[in-house]
Amino acid sequence: MPLAESWQTAEIPGPKKASLIIKPDIADAIIRRAKRPIMIVGYGAVEYEVEGIKLIECLIELANKGKIPVVVTASTAREFLNRGFSPAALMPAVDIGNRLTDPAWKGLDGKESYDLAIFVGLPYSMEWTILSGLKHFAPYLKTMTLDCVYQPNASWSFPNSTIKDWAANLRGIVENLGD
Amino acid sequence: MVELRRDSVNVKIKELNSDIAHFRDLSITIGAITKETWVEPMGPTPYPSLTTLRSWDLKLLERYKPFYLPFCDLCCMCTYGKCDLTGNKLGACGISMAAQQSRTVLLAACIGASTHTAHARDLLTHLIERYGEDHPINVGELNVDIEAPLTRLVCGIKPVNLGDFEEVLDYCEKQLTQLLSVTHTGQEGNNLDFESKVFHAGMIDHVGMEVADIAQISALGFPKSDPEASLADLGLGTVDIKKPVILVIGHNVPPATEIIDYLKTRDLMSEAEVTGICCTALDMTRYSAKAKIIGPISWQLRYVRSGVPDVIVIDEQCIRADILQEAQHIHAPLIATSGKNCCGLPDRTHDVPDEIVADFVSGKITGALILDPVKVGEVAVRTALAIAPKREKHKLLPTHDELIKLAKKCTGCVLCRRACPNDLPISYAVKAAAQGNISGLDELYDDCVGCGRCESACPQKIPVHSIIVAAAEKKTRDESYRIRTGRGAIQDIEIRKVGGPLVLGEIPGIVAFVGCANFPKGSREVAEMCMEFAKRRYIVCTSGCSAISAGMYRNEEGKTAYEIYPGSFEAGGIVNVGSCVSNAHISGAAIKIASIFARRPLRGNYEEIADYVYNRVGAVGVAWGAMSQKAASIAAGFWRLGIPVVVGPHGTKYRRMLLGRSDKEQDWYVYDARTGEKVYGGPVPEHLFFAAETKEEAMVMVAKLTMRPNDTSKGRAIKLTNYIDLHKRLIGGMPHDVHLLVRKQADIPLTMKEDIEKILKEMEWTEHEIPDPTLLSRMIRKSKEA
Repeated sequence: MPLAESWQTAEIPGPKKASLIIKPDIADAIIRRAKRPIMIVGYGAVEYEVEGIKLIECLIELANKGKIPVVVTASTAREFLNRGFSPAALMPAVDIGNRLTDPAWKGLDGKESYDLAIFVGLPYSMEWTILSGLKHFAPYLKTMTLDCVYQPNASWSFPNSTIKDWAANLRGIVENLGD
Repeated sequence: MVELRRDSVNVKIKELNSDIAHFRDLSITIGAITKETWVEPMGPTPYPSLTTLRSWDLKLLERYKPFYLPFCDLCCMCTYGKCDLTGNKLGACGISMAAQQSRTVLLAACIGASTHTAHARDLLTHLIERYGEDHPINVGELNVDIEAPLTRLVCGIKPVNLGDFEEVLDYCEKQLTQLLSVTHTGQEGNNLDFESKVFHAGMIDHVGMEVADIAQISALGFPKSDPEASLADLGLGTVDIKKPVILVIGHNVPPATEIIDYLKTRDLMSEAEVTGICCTALDMTRYSAKAKIIGPISWQLRYVRSGVPDVIVIDEQCIRADILQEAQHIHAPLIATSGKNCCGLPDRTHDVPDEIVADFVSGKITGALILDPVKVGEVAVRTALAIAPKREKHKLLPTHDELIKLAKKCTGCVLCRRACPNDLPISYAVKAAAQGNISGLDELYDDCVGCGRCESACPQKIPVHSIIVAAAEKKTRDESYRIRTGRGAIQDIEIRKVGGPLVLGEIPGIVAFVGCANFPKGSREVAEMCMEFAKRRYIVCTSGCSAISAGMYRNEEGKTAYEIYPGSFEAGGIVNVGSCVSNAHISGAAIKIASIFARRPLRGNYEEIADYVYNRVGAVGVAWGAMSQKAASIAAGFWRLGIPVVVGPHGTKYRRMLLGRSDKEQDWYVYDARTGEKVYGGPVPEHLFFAAETKEEAMVMVAKLTMRPNDTSKGRAIKLTNYIDLHKRLIGGMPHDVHLLVRKQADIPLTMKEDIEKILKEMEWTEHEIPDPTLLSRMIRKSKEA
């Protein structure tokens, strides 16, 4: 499977494409370097399960270790609340995307703009278009995706991966953040 | 010089010497020369130009700023390009990414509006030829006085006969030419001006749609605002496949009505089945409820490949571009009937039917272009009757064993999934089928949009779509439903009954399910949403492919939405207005609420009526499977009237949303018409164009978007009850923005008092007044200075 091709074959954006996260250390360094990261979790995150572990549990661990506020979209909140994790906000994906393009927006806590937005679990084409909006209209913001497919409009994306490799990468990121 | 135009007469005199006076550069405008039967004085904006309503558009766009979602980093529209527009770069012509996105939206809206207007023109021309220009307009007998609310509002004329619509379409065509010219290189460069023109295209689109539907309702005897319009059969399972079967696809109904007439006049209706897909099917059942609807646009491939149709007749719009090849595969002759979609076929319009039928039956030709609906009626029927025994329903779908054999060719490259718009797990299902388990393929059938991209992508040439449909053969046989045929306009009396409760908020809103079938998870979601809102006593409207999808699901008692809920425009009704062009009756109903219930002047008075609708009428459009450019222009027509539209996740590909910011208090001030004060009206409706990720998110958003600043406390409490209840059930927990939506203590629903008051206390909420809201300073009854 080609690593750095759009997962949806025809959704090719143009000259500016995401850099590959080829190993967990890269994602780890990006998260550590960010002063104000935020994570946006779509409903797809609820549906993934690898070797008996739900993706959402991995994301909760990541958010806790990285002290990353989480915005949940659609009906994802319930899954987080059931696991005793309170998301920072519940907001539709286009809404949070829109706010991130506003340089004057000081974030959910009203303190400061975000400098890294981590996306995971939105429908592929919806995430694609929202990341495109951010690529073009939020130049101060870096974006990263944690999905198992390549999202060319992010600043950084995993390559197209098998679920097993992807799970291993996510575990790697979470474990590294704990160091 | 005297300039004679349909919409006005201008007399310009350069210099005139007479006994009375000496004139120089005298210009007199007299207005339209019409058969005047309407006593209402002309409003300020009859036949608006590209810029007449610009200030209204900019008011909306100030509140709902575009959130751009470029579908491409480049512009490739002229030979300077491709131009890279990333990183704030400008194109060779100087265009920015924001302007380029709005320009693309305008292009889409122009395509959509032109399509409806051209459809209206062809239909009107045909009906005038057939019935005469003096054929009276009649959309609802004595129950409808305001027969053409959009035409009256936009053009300032009251049409009486079919011929009166000629000048309306002249106007639409002129505006569309102007609008399209705006997208040329080196014209508009400002994104918001592009957006204003998108709204203009949308408004024109609704006028064009209104003309088309009123013309066909009046001349073809469709149901006339009838809440009890007949139920018709829907679904592949309703077709008697032992009979010769004719399939019509498209939107322009005359060829289909001629087929029915030919059968009826020869007493052959029971000898053949007339079936349809997409809007022609809907309109055909308005002509004869004995015709059958197979399904929405996404049913084309699966129905054709089933081999059931013996003859396929296409007209215009939403027809697969490969329909000729698909027809040839099942040995079914194809008849193209529109100059807009000739399919490369020989023109047999002027040949005698005997010859054409003989050529079809002998196999000498596989398709023909016939631009005469009457001749199409005869050729289609005679060919179907003659060819059916020979074809023996030759189908393209594999048997179970063939399916397994085909699945074994799969190498697991996953290109099928990567081509699927809904990212369906096709390769897993094919892999399982290769082992003899076809349940995965069977499951895919429900979510499949029928585009066929999976098999185009397959390097092993596996007919992926066909094996999905073959695996679901039992399901297709069971597709047997009932749909209420399109009733057309809303009666004036219905508007009078619901106007008050709607404006006061006691009926929580109008929710219109419109548009195409590019659904993220199949038709079922539309049906479920319709039933939920009807159950909650909203007025639910349906049209086009969404109207069909709404009927393709049964509840536990085995009934479809149309069998459970009444077809009247009332709380808890599900109103199928008809085909795509019938969407005009939904915007028309909102306009009629302002005109009939609130008695606002209608004639050429767009801004005031839109201001009324925006601030008072809790209407929301849902285009859950919006795919086409027509869906874009339909949405734009709703936006200009201040009616929000919710689309599914694929809707972000329309390149921009129009989103409000509930966190910016300063964005939500309105004039209080009583005092002239600018007062906080609250973030309602929060968005004008919104893409939801899931059905659940859409439903919650719809409930929120029906709120308007004018809601009474009782009405707001009802709307809040629905919003909070849906949020709790579908999303989980209390919504985070309740404090922004409660204006006064009296707004709080009694059953939720404790939970809401707790939030209000936490958010340090304070009461604010309910204004008499308007965005227009001229609507202030008592100015501040006075």
